[in-house]
Amino acid sequence: MSPVADPQAPEVPGSAISVRDLVVDRGGREILHGVSLRVAAGSVTGLLGPSGCGKSTLMRSIVGVQIIAGGTVEVLGSEAGSKGLRSRVGYVTQAPSVYGDLSIGENLRYFAAITGASAEKVRQIVGAVGLDGMEDRIVGSLSGGQRSRVSLASALLGDPDVLILDEPTVGLDPVLRAELWKIFHGLAAAGTTLLVSSHVMDEAGECDELLLMRDGALLAQMSPDQLRADTGESDLGKAFLVKIERAEGS
Amino acid sequence: MSPRVTGATAVRVLRQIRHDPRTIALLLIVPAVLLLLLYWVFEGEKQVFQEIGAPLCGLFPFIIMFLVTSISMLRERTTGTLERLMTLPLGKIDILAGYGLAFGLLATIQAVIVVVLGFGILGLESAHGAWLVGLLAIGNALLGMALGLFVSAFARTEFQAVQFMPALIFPQLILCGLFVPRDQMAGFLEAISWALPLTYAYDALARTTSPKPLDMAFTADVLVIVGTTLAALALGALTLRRRTG
Repeated sequence: MSPVADPQAPEVPGSAISVRDLVVDRGGREILHGVSLRVAAGSVTGLLGPSGCGKSTLMRSIVGVQIIAGGTVEVLGSEAGSKGLRSRVGYVTQAPSVYGDLSIGENLRYFAAITGASAEKVRQIVGAVGLDGMEDRIVGSLSGGQRSRVSLASALLGDPDVLILDEPTVGLDPVLRAELWKIFHGLAAAGTTLLVSSHVMDEAGECDELLLMRDGALLAQMSPDQLRADTGESDLGKAFLVKIERAEGS
Repeated sequence: MSPRVTGATAVRVLRQIRHDPRTIALLLIVPAVLLLLLYWVFEGEKQVFQEIGAPLCGLFPFIIMFLVTSISMLRERTTGTLERLMTLPLGKIDILAGYGLAFGLLATIQAVIVVVLGFGILGLESAHGAWLVGLLAIGNALLGMALGLFVSAFARTEFQAVQFMPALIFPQLILCGLFVPRDQMAGFLEAISWALPLTYAYDALARTTSPKPLDMAFTADVLVIVGTTLAALALGALTLRRRTG
């Protein structure tokens, strides 16, 4: 993918996220074994790989909440997790991290107060994630998919330049999935950089760029079209399998 | 520290509790019911009720706020909301102060109820004013909150957090002088009691409710309560980690 100069972030031409030789240990085991990658600004990048391959750990490192054992992680030109990034990087964890004993509106108003988002912004985001008219519902009483959209909405409030989304579409029906992808593309078109993880390949085609992970290492970084061309498989799931076979054969 | 974010955090904590009316009822009614029980148990032994009931009015908020805070903070840790907060532009002090404001307000209501019941209705006496018992109760509540916040870092589950009450609070209650004067305890028990925060909380309350004039020892008690609260908050802040393994 050609580096695209993002007019909104002139200090980081091309890449919004840059990871070099990242090593992470968790519980005495090495989870990431020297991962290097770059994520282009204003793009949707898919982080794909089976459960347990280190996707979440990589995302946590990029957000800056993970203690790392080696390497460097830079976001928007600063060290991941540095203070100035807290208002520029949005993070949605796999398990919805919102207050189950508060209503949707109360959750969002609290996170809006922290990020300085207006009441109008809260209304707009509620509509964007399809929770219109549900502001008074207690989050704990919602379905899993609704709860994860509250979590997503909370992260969108601060208008982050970089959004890290850990499996945001898990358990959603196809219509909602399509709607969320529409939101993601809209955000990217407006200049937001998105890194979206998934353990299923059927969303890979939605991404501008793919990061294929397995067993704590990055197998490949390429666009869906490049992956198809490289493997001769039109189905991205099968193409990923070919990549894995080649990596294990070598 | 941002007053806007601190205030929003306090409002959020209070809203969470408001959605749980049973907890509010327990917070506000249980101390009063326990005091009533003591009153009935010691009917005809006015002096015993005075000696135990009067200081207890100021200790209930400590015990209850310790428990409530350790559980709510543990929930923030286990549900991932604390991790989300740590990625947002808010200071640790905003979280601590927000909790302090919210639980301080609850403790105030709790203290008013139990003090009005004890000193207004059940005939407890405080030579230096029931209001001073109320103020100490609020201070003790904040001490309990600060300790609860700190120890929540050492619990993985709510079962564990609940066990901290018998493990950490009951020994302090037994040794603080409420049941047996400390100078009548075995030497090593008295020595231990000097190191326990509740000893000073009890001592300040006992001095407030006794007719002897308040002296430097009372001031020292208050300073220890305030100092321990601040130290526990500082230790609690250390357990709010931006980065974890």
